[in-house]
Amino acid sequence: MNKQLHNDWSAYPDENGRFGQFGGRFVAETLMPNILALEEAYNKYKDDEDFKTEFSGLMTHYVGRPSPLYFAERLTEYYGGAKIYFKREELNHTGAHKINNCLGQILLAKRMGKTRIIAETGAGQHGVATATVCARFGLPCMVYMGAKDVERQSPNVFRMKLLGAEVNPVTSGTQTLKDAMNEALRDWVSNPHDTFYIIGTAAGPHPYPQMVRDFQSVIGKEAKEQILAAEGRLPDAIVACIGGGSNALGLFHPFLNDENVKIYGVEAAGLGLDTDKHAAAMAGGRPGVLHGNRTYLLQDDDGQILDAHSISAGLDYPGVGPELSFLKDTGRATYLSTTDDEALEAFQLCSRLEGILPALEPSHALARIGEIAKDIGKGGVVVLNISGRGDKDIFTIANAIGTDIGG
Amino acid sequence: MPVSRISKAFENAKAENRAALVLYTMAGDPTPEISAKILENIAEGGADIIEIGFPFSDPMADGISIQKAAIRALENKMTLKKTFELVRNFRVKNQNTAIVLMGYLNPIESMGYAKFAQNCADCGVDGVIAVDDPPEEDMELRTGLKANDVALIRLATPTTDEHRLKKVIKDISGFVYYVSVAGVTGTKAIDTDAIKDKVSLVKSAAKLPVAIGFGIRTEEAAHNTAQLADGIVIGAALVDIVFNAYKDGNDCVKIAKDFAMRMKNAAVKN
Repeated sequence: MNKQLHNDWSAYPDENGRFGQFGGRFVAETLMPNILALEEAYNKYKDDEDFKTEFSGLMTHYVGRPSPLYFAERLTEYYGGAKIYFKREELNHTGAHKINNCLGQILLAKRMGKTRIIAETGAGQHGVATATVCARFGLPCMVYMGAKDVERQSPNVFRMKLLGAEVNPVTSGTQTLKDAMNEALRDWVSNPHDTFYIIGTAAGPHPYPQMVRDFQSVIGKEAKEQILAAEGRLPDAIVACIGGGSNALGLFHPFLNDENVKIYGVEAAGLGLDTDKHAAAMAGGRPGVLHGNRTYLLQDDDGQILDAHSISAGLDYPGVGPELSFLKDTGRATYLSTTDDEALEAFQLCSRLEGILPALEPSHALARIGEIAKDIGKGGVVVLNISGRGDKDIFTIANAIGTDIGG
Repeated sequence: MPVSRISKAFENAKAENRAALVLYTMAGDPTPEISAKILENIAEGGADIIEIGFPFSDPMADGISIQKAAIRALENKMTLKKTFELVRNFRVKNQNTAIVLMGYLNPIESMGYAKFAQNCADCGVDGVIAVDDPPEEDMELRTGLKANDVALIRLATPTTDEHRLKKVIKDISGFVYYVSVAGVTGTKAIDTDAIKDKVSLVKSAAKLPVAIGFGIRTEEAAHNTAQLADGIVIGAALVDIVFNAYKDGNDCVKIAKDFAMRMKNAAVKN
């Protein structure tokens, strides 16, 4: 890929919701008026003082921000390369970065006079975060979740129910995140007037990729201030896992214009990129249109979407946010991948060296951090986003490493 | 020829004092062989226009009937390319019934817009509906189809206001497909009283025939809807009837033909 010169990466998306050829608004006509009204409302409120004050107040007192930037001393020592810092998004209320975006969107929903919230979820982290903000603001909440994910993420299903949300297991298609998103879109088409759809990832029709990125970019803004305070300089590299891209873009976006900061995204390679059981849309896919946007997708020659696979439910999606596709084609970001087994190893290493149980999603990023830290070398600095905590994954992990959870 | 075959379908129906009958069937469902026979037989039974669905793995705007039909079609290895073959074979015997392809954008984008439009012209497809390709995004499809004299047909819906309607009806030909309910295919029943005003608005703005679809399952609903529009579209009801007959070992081709005859009769204007 040729690296292009971009003076200002924050100029994207354009007025049509495009990041180069990616993005856009590919939805059925019934939803177009909703999408346009949402865009108008977002543009109106994003710079509104009341909105910003309410949002940042909740971020401080409800979410517990800023999240710490933590020097992972023992992991750094273990690899012997650049200093490794963790952005501790797993310490947020509800245990992941997802809450940042949900709060932003529900404040918007309230201002738009919407009375019902729907959401899709994969790992259940976004579902829990949505159920949480719905409880907090007193709105009914319907979460669509693939039946397969309901099974492998049962603790989160129970948490959503405790928070008063209704969880609707989706039995169509592959019964994972993409099917949950199809079903949520069907619900929205059927209830366009009263319903607000809180999308959890930086994908979907414009303005979602922009809006989710903006609400999540608090991660990168804080990380930048914190690393300047700790090291007196910007990092050499920043690293995050890639599902749809909300935690990655949240960290990346405030650094895009700092051209000396290398950006690494890590996709899920499942059983291996040479098999048909992975979720690496950029390594193994090509551009196409799904769920309202043009982006890299896993698809066959006929344009049928292929089943993704990852041990991590949050990465088990055949596409990726359109801005990440744009960062690939422009060469601004470098994408790596991690297999299920490598993620499991990284999970255990981080747990034992740092006393932090990371979720399986950031474990994919952790699996590549050694190579990146060594490549940069001693004297360098790298920041990795721990986007969520691993408690939700303990049953999956016990099963995968063959341990009896009670023993 | 292509666009004019659609206009002719509406003219014929009007001359017979009825609404044109538009029937939807999924290519490759319940089997590729039976699917070909269904096309022939619903045309003989009275369909003026046949909408052939080409399957997509993620049919976001469809209810359970057409979702399942798409899954069956994909299990039968149906593709967009094979859908074109189906139309080409149909055209050997039938030159009159208009054919409209309906589906989602990604298989079209994957084939390439120019090649897709060329295939439409070569195989005898008269119009195209791409459900998830709104006016804001359909320039590539529009340009390709126009160059090949194939109609771009768009959906107008209950949420399309007067201002937006102008955008929806710009650059289209053939007919306007009015979606009677805010929802996915085959779920909510049509309420003709509720849509009357909206349909007249679309009719006077578009200067094209208007066909109403979504939620027509019975002859009574077909008859009532026919009073409002130039055409009626029936999809999920036919898909269900055919698949249930096939599953029970009954003659689903004859049942489809009978269905077309009954609906054609029901579509007569008062």
